[in-house]
Amino acid sequence: MIRTLLASLLLLLAAATSHAAPLSYDLKPTQIAPDTYVFVGSTEHFTRANGGNILNPGFIVTDDGVVVIQTGPSRRFGEEMRAAIRTVTPKPIRIVYISNLHPDYFLGNQAFKDVPIAALPGTIAGIEREGAAITENMYRLVGDWMRGTDPVAPTQAVHGSTVVYGSHRLRLIPLEGHTHADLALYDETTKVLFAGGVVFSDRTPTTPHADVAKWLKALDTLEALDVSVLVPNHGRIRPDKGAIAQTRDWLTWLDGTLRTAAAQGADMAEMLEAPIPDRFASLSMLRPEYQRSVAHLWPAIEQETLPRAAP
Amino acid sequence: MRAAVLACGLWLAVTPALAASSIPEDPLGSVMWETLYPEVFGTAPVVADDRVKVLAPADVENARAMPVAVDATALDGVQEIVIVADLNPFPVVLRYEPLKARPFIATRIKIQQATAVRAAARTRDGVWHMNGRLVDAAGGGCAAPPASYAASDWADHLGEVQARVWPADAAGTARVKLRIRHPQDTGLMAGVPAFFIDALTLTAADGTPVARLSPLEPVSEDPVFTLALDAPVPGSVLTLKGRDNNGGDIAASIPVPVKTAATGTVGVTP
Repeated sequence: MIRTLLASLLLLLAAATSHAAPLSYDLKPTQIAPDTYVFVGSTEHFTRANGGNILNPGFIVTDDGVVVIQTGPSRRFGEEMRAAIRTVTPKPIRIVYISNLHPDYFLGNQAFKDVPIAALPGTIAGIEREGAAITENMYRLVGDWMRGTDPVAPTQAVHGSTVVYGSHRLRLIPLEGHTHADLALYDETTKVLFAGGVVFSDRTPTTPHADVAKWLKALDTLEALDVSVLVPNHGRIRPDKGAIAQTRDWLTWLDGTLRTAAAQGADMAEMLEAPIPDRFASLSMLRPEYQRSVAHLWPAIEQETLPRAAP
Repeated sequence: MRAAVLACGLWLAVTPALAASSIPEDPLGSVMWETLYPEVFGTAPVVADDRVKVLAPADVENARAMPVAVDATALDGVQEIVIVADLNPFPVVLRYEPLKARPFIATRIKIQQATAVRAAARTRDGVWHMNGRLVDAAGGGCAAPPASYAASDWADHLGEVQARVWPADAAGTARVKLRIRHPQDTGLMAGVPAFFIDALTLTAADGTPVARLSPLEPVSEDPVFTLALDAPVPGSVLTLKGRDNNGGDIAASIPVPVKTAATGTVGVTP
């Protein structure tokens, strides 16, 4: 209903400014390793200027077809991504992997409906449950970029395993903590790690579905891998595992700070402007993302500090 | 929903038209101010005053539970604090009388859409000192079902209280937090009548009321209230008594710790 209303409003707006250029993400694949490409997104939050292009989706060109990793925030993104892949290789799309249920990972799925779309069972269930609400919120946040976008749940459940496409051996690593089901893909052939939602690089981690203790364990799992290039879900791609340490540092500080303050009797509203150490100053979206994390994490932490009172 | 629209319509219709000149200026520039001023403040004087601090996020992440804190401790003789979210279907969030407490209150509230959120503190001279901010929100918080209804045993825990008093700081102020299990239904969901806590009083061991709260529909499910008490007797026991709009009782005994705080401040702000 809201979407229909919004769409009508946007149509009116479009009619009023019909001379404006059509929206385009202007996607350009960047090669980061043999056969391996990434569409590098911005490190901002979703805005009407960036159209939701804040993720680092990628693809691997194999002799068995193209393996796509994440499909972006909108139908338009998925379609443009597919066209951009075509500029690199004429090979068909073999399969799509989706790392978690957040909107920028899967809302381009409509453009890949003709191929298998794979995800962890928890991600598929999450998209089936929350996909409509997640999509509506994206219409509110980025507007016309979303036109024609509907949530499409992944069609194939995958588990921890190693799969082979051409000469590439891909290890599917089921994790949890950023959401309740986070899929990382490690290419044993090139040692490229598509870390999915659990690793952020110079970008403040997001926590709407987070379980910090499980998340830290997931980082331990990734730390053990021999990585040549790490593709974080958001932020700078690095030739090392520095982003894992940076994500761990942030989560440890965040969780510890909230727990200490709650134990001292601080209120949630007072935490919004709490000081953040200088070492995190280089993380983009620092204060806004911290404030979102207060909203996500504080109530449960606070509840543990309050004993039951006798009637 | 239709009932709410109707109620709002009636409310607008019966509000006496006031001459624009008799309405104090709204520092927040809210479209609702001319309607809300007589409804909330009658004809009392209202002045913008940044000695009243209102903490709330610019962007509301969870429209069911937006944190808000009102700190009027820079004013002397505050008799009452009122919190208002202008564009909520029920604009008045709560009223608070800090009888023997510091004029500080924090809680979490539902937000139906982007709105001005304001708080005003009434001093002994009858003047309301007001401040606030605009918050942006996806909204829907007032019309969403409580999360607790997903659990089959929610009614078994209705009215349960968790509470804690922290040792007084150097100035003799002691934090107290109350968390009460309650669905806090606004009545805007079809078939679910309004059901919320509407009275809470905290009493000292000698029977003196120290703080009185009148929450309304917008206060979040399983509400948490943070207050600042004026020198509660260490080792004594405070009594919380209250009720919801169905006449359900709320009662708790809350021990005041004996030891004093090691450092002068509690939490993030003094």
